[in-house]
Amino acid sequence: MNNLGQAIHIKKEILVRIIKAFLSDDFEHQARLIPYDMRPKGMEVPYRCCVYKERAIIKDRTIAGLGFPIEEDDERVSLSDYAKQALERTQISEKNLTVLQAACKGCATNRIYVTDLCQGCVARPCQTTCKFGAISIVNGRSVIDDTKCKKCQMCVNACPYKAIVKISVPCEDSCPVGAIKKDETGFASIDYDKCINCGRCTAACPFGAVHERSQIIDILKAIKSDKKVIAMIAPSIIGQFPGNIYQLKTAIINSGFDDVYEVAQGADVTANTEAKEFIERMEEGQNFMTTSCCAGYNQLIKKHLSEIKPFVSDTKTPLYYTAEIVKKEHSNAVTVFVSPCVAKRAEGYENPNVDYVMSYEELGALFVAKKIQITELEESKYIVESSKQGRNFGYSGGVAESVKKSLKDEDSVKPCIINGLNKDSIKQLKKYAASGVCEGCNLVEVMCCEGGCIGGNATLNNQKTAKKLIDNFTQNSEDIKKVE
Amino acid sequence: MEKISVKVCTGTTCFVMGGANLQELHDIIPKKYGDKVELTASNCLGLCSINWEYSKAPYVKVNEEVVSEATAEKVIEEIDRQLAKQ
Repeated sequence: MNNLGQAIHIKKEILVRIIKAFLSDDFEHQARLIPYDMRPKGMEVPYRCCVYKERAIIKDRTIAGLGFPIEEDDERVSLSDYAKQALERTQISEKNLTVLQAACKGCATNRIYVTDLCQGCVARPCQTTCKFGAISIVNGRSVIDDTKCKKCQMCVNACPYKAIVKISVPCEDSCPVGAIKKDETGFASIDYDKCINCGRCTAACPFGAVHERSQIIDILKAIKSDKKVIAMIAPSIIGQFPGNIYQLKTAIINSGFDDVYEVAQGADVTANTEAKEFIERMEEGQNFMTTSCCAGYNQLIKKHLSEIKPFVSDTKTPLYYTAEIVKKEHSNAVTVFVSPCVAKRAEGYENPNVDYVMSYEELGALFVAKKIQITELEESKYIVESSKQGRNFGYSGGVAESVKKSLKDEDSVKPCIINGLNKDSIKQLKKYAASGVCEGCNLVEVMCCEGGCIGGNATLNNQKTAKKLIDNFTQNSEDIKKVE
Repeated sequence: MEKISVKVCTGTTCFVMGGANLQELHDIIPKKYGDKVELTASNCLGLCSINWEYSKAPYVKVNEEVVSEATAEKVIEEIDRQLAKQ
C-alpha cells in the first residue's frame, strides 16, 4: 500500500471512469472525455501549470489504464482510438509497467548537492574526506564536480552543518535491482531485462509516474461475453475491503463474475507439498530450503540470483494450484487472479491457466463503478473452506508457519524470514547460496514486499490494520491438515 | 458537554478511495479523547452520490461537518476545532 495520497487517488479515479465508460452506451466517446470530465473548463488547476497540461497527463494515465504503454504514445492517437484498440486486442503484453515520463520533469536527477547552508568553514571536512577529489572551494563555498563525484556520500556524513545532501530519485532508490533509471534526458525508464516486477517504483514515485498496464478492459470484455469468468482471490485480500470475504464473494459475483475461489485453497496445497519437500531435502542433507510462492522473488531468481536455484523449493505457488483446480473444474472458463501486486502479473502471464490478473485497486474501482455496497450484501460460502494457515499466507511469516504446522514434528522447522527484498537482503541470499548454509535455520521464507503480500503495491489498506483484520478473521478457521 | 460524533463512512467507495486507512482512528480517538468523542463506522453516508462523486471520497462526518478527502489528521483537526468551540 502506498501513502502517496493524491497521486494514487487520481489513478483510482481514472480506473473508475474507464470502467464506467466501458459500461456506458459509447465506450470510445466516454473514454475520450475522461480528461475533460476530471478537469472541466474553469476548475481550479490542482497541480500543474494549466488545465491543458493537467488533461494531457490524465490522458497519459488513461492510456495505461486502457492497457497500453505511455512511452509509445505519439500524442496523435486519441483516447477513443485507444479504447477501440483495447476492445479489439486479443493478447495482453508481457510488460506490466509503463512510465509517464512527462511527470519525471519535476524530479531532479540523483546527485550530491551542496546547499546554501554551507558555511565555508576552515576545517573543510567535506574536501578532506572525499576520496575522488570531487570537492573544490569556490568563493569560499564547497562545490562538487559531478564528473568526479561517485555519490559515496562521505561528504554528506562529514559536514557538521548538514549542508550537503543527497538528492534522491525515489523510483531509483526504491528499486532493489537497479532496473529503473533516470537517463541523461531526465526521464525515467525501466530495463525489463532487470525488472522483477516488484512494483516498488509504482508506490515510491511521488508524481505517480509509474503505472501498471491494466487488463481491466480485457476482463470486462470477458465478463460481457458468454464465457464463464472466475475470480481467484489472493489470501491477502482479507481486510482490503469492507465486510468479510463471504460478502466479498457476493460482491464479486454481483459485479459480473460467475464464481469466486479463494487462492488460500491453493495455499493449503503449497504448504503441504512444501512440507513434504522440506522433509525430503533435509533427509538428503541439504542445509536449508527457501520458499517459492512469491512472484517477485521468483523473478529475482530468474534474472539475478540463479545460484540460489538449488535451494529453492520446487513446490508451485498457491495461484498455480488454484488455477489448475479451477481449469479442471471449468475447462472453458476465463480465470482472473485478483492480486495485491504487479509481480503476479508476470506469473499470470507465464501460466497458461491464468488468463488475466487484476489488482485490488482495480477490483475496488469496479465496485465503485457498479455502486456495490459490500457490507449490505448477503454472504456466499466458498465450495472449499481454506485453512487458517492458508489464509495467513499473505503476511510475512505466514508461509513458514504453514509449512511448520503441516508437519507432525513442528519443531524440526527453524525458519528465517526475509521480510522484503532490498539490496541488503539480496546480498544475504547470495551469501546463503554461495556457502550453502543459513546459520541457525533450515527454512528461508522470502517475501519480496516488506510485510508480505499485505505490503503489495496495489493493496488498499495499511499493513497494520490489514494484519489485524486477517488475524481476527482466521482465528475461526480450521488448522491445516498434517502431511504424512 | 455534548459528545462529538464522528461517523466514518465504510461504504465501498470511501473504503476503496482511501478510507481503509481511517481504521486507525479506532486506535487514536479513544486514546486521545476518551469518552468526549464517539466514533462509529457508518454504512454509506450517501455523500459519494452527490455533486463531487468519488473524486472527494473518503468522507467522514464530524457532527454535521463533512470532512472530504478525509485523512486521520484532517479528522482530528476537525474534532479539535469543534471541541474548541464548545
